[in-house]
Amino acid sequence: MSQSAQVAADERVKSEPFLTKLMKRPELGAMAGVVLVVIFFAITADESMFTLAGVMNFMTPAAQLGILAIGAALLMIGGEFDLSIGSMVAFSGLFFGVCVVTWQLPLIAAIPMTFVFAAMVGAINGNIVIRSGLPSFIVTLAFLFILRGLSLVGLKMATGGSTQLRGVRDATDNDWLAPFFSGEAFGSLFAWLAEKGAIDTFKSGAPKVPGIPVEILWFIVMALAATYVLLRTPAGNWIFASGGDKTAASNSGVPVNRVKVSLFMLTACCAALVAIITVMDAGSTDARRGFQKEFEAIIAAVIGGCLLTGGYGSAIGAFFGSIIFGMVVIGLTYTDFDQDWFQVFLGAMLLIAVLFNNAIRKRVTGER
Amino acid sequence: MTEDTKFHHGDATDVAPIVEMKDIEKHFGNIIALAGVSFDVKPGECHCLLGDNGAGKSTFIKTMSGVHKPTKGEIFFEGKPLHFDTPRDAMEAGIATVFQDLAMIPLMSVTRNFFMGREPTKGKGLLKRFDVEQANDVCMEEMRKMGINLRGPDQAVGTLSGGERQTVAIARAVYFGAKILILDEPTSALGVRQTSNVLATIDRVRSQGVGVVFISHNVRHALAVGDRFTVLNRGKTLGTAKRGEITPEELQDLMAGGQEMAELEGSLGGTV
Repeated sequence: MSQSAQVAADERVKSEPFLTKLMKRPELGAMAGVVLVVIFFAITADESMFTLAGVMNFMTPAAQLGILAIGAALLMIGGEFDLSIGSMVAFSGLFFGVCVVTWQLPLIAAIPMTFVFAAMVGAINGNIVIRSGLPSFIVTLAFLFILRGLSLVGLKMATGGSTQLRGVRDATDNDWLAPFFSGEAFGSLFAWLAEKGAIDTFKSGAPKVPGIPVEILWFIVMALAATYVLLRTPAGNWIFASGGDKTAASNSGVPVNRVKVSLFMLTACCAALVAIITVMDAGSTDARRGFQKEFEAIIAAVIGGCLLTGGYGSAIGAFFGSIIFGMVVIGLTYTDFDQDWFQVFLGAMLLIAVLFNNAIRKRVTGER
Repeated sequence: MTEDTKFHHGDATDVAPIVEMKDIEKHFGNIIALAGVSFDVKPGECHCLLGDNGAGKSTFIKTMSGVHKPTKGEIFFEGKPLHFDTPRDAMEAGIATVFQDLAMIPLMSVTRNFFMGREPTKGKGLLKRFDVEQANDVCMEEMRKMGINLRGPDQAVGTLSGGERQTVAIARAVYFGAKILILDEPTSALGVRQTSNVLATIDRVRSQGVGVVFISHNVRHALAVGDRFTVLNRGKTLGTAKRGEITPEELQDLMAGGQEMAELEGSLGGTV
């Protein structure tokens, strides 16, 4: 806070304790959630969960979901939903597979083409929402089915009847761009650490964790970039404004429609990124890829403090929301609990998060 | 009632108007919303536009601020004929509208609201970013000038009172170089104290040379700050009166369309 602000302090305003200030951050709930979940698993789970290998184990699904969740969070802050992200993963996976396997394109062409293709589908979504004025919930629900169906039909056309397209690994294995989108990064660093005895190794001397899976790095980079955009750029202010009240925003000169369509394109590109990473990882693509990921991504964003009504939330929150998610999915396998508790947990978490967010919003806006 | 207010009043009779609108007509399909309205605003005056509900006040100011295009009629801005295609054009020319819904977002901080759509930036290229520190300082300073001490620049607008929000909106418009400030019923939802705060803000803005268009259906509020009064009834102007030339009763009658109101007022004992 600036000097001048303190000079003019209002005697009617009590100074705010640090804790109250913290309470007003949208990501607080998700951070508290991470702490609770860690405590829970520290007590109940096998201790191998919090070794380096265990952490990588739960961070990988967290990262795959998190990339989607960050896109979904930005879109939610901008006041819209996208229920088609899960299907978009399958659809752009199909497109990527066809580029690489059927058309034999190198990654340097296939990857940008996949992003452009996804962005176009996102733009169609966005334009329909903006022009029709219908709730994005309904429009993208339609696209959830359209894209899933197109993925199935397309896969059958591309493979001659199968719903799985194989051969991606063979086609991409020797491509120089492949290490950015598949496998593990910092392999030599981890080998060096293993040599020094800093991390666990197998009997052969190879490290148990060969490196950081690339999706985790993408996840972290995206969370930082999204937070920077939201908090420190005009575009971030436009996103908050568009979601907060689109009439007020456009009256003030914010290009609301452009912001929203761009956000739809961004979420679609997030789905494409997840598709590229997982397809290259698996070596094949199939029609069930990304199934129900749209709900998980929205749940992670809500746990991260996004309001369903838009205009409030954070990318860091979605980051922690996804980590909670990954920890619970994988963590339950380290415990004696039946793994299907996961769904119960997810629902409960969502409910608590929504109640919590609602209370926070009332505090922030001073509603009584 | 008309002479004893504490406000300084602009005496802008011989100054050229900033905006002059002549015989504006606006038709929506077969509905004639405006049937020949003439209006002008001079720098440093508060020109009140009065009218009952449905008189065409909102349509008229939307025409002035570029939301609607007039079906007929001419708009002169600083002497030159002008057409606004979008509200943004009008804003850039210096016509700022403080809408009834305030164009404020309760969940966002005062600073973020203040600079919404016109964020100051620093850095170049990819490093071009929202200059949050400068924005916070400017916002606190401008709000203090208007007599509002914020808890901090990150205080959410939702925690401000109606009058304070109104003041933020006015301060924002003035900061961004408004020559004409259109206030659409700024006092209609406010309590007594907040109303006087807003009226004081109008006075402060006017003394900086900004032309204020004050839309209201409350004669008392209008008379408290207005320099000139134009009454709109059924899409037509019923004439413009200067301060001191007209009594509140006459204004009230003009707004209501004359006769019936006088009778009604009689039966209510002059309380309306």
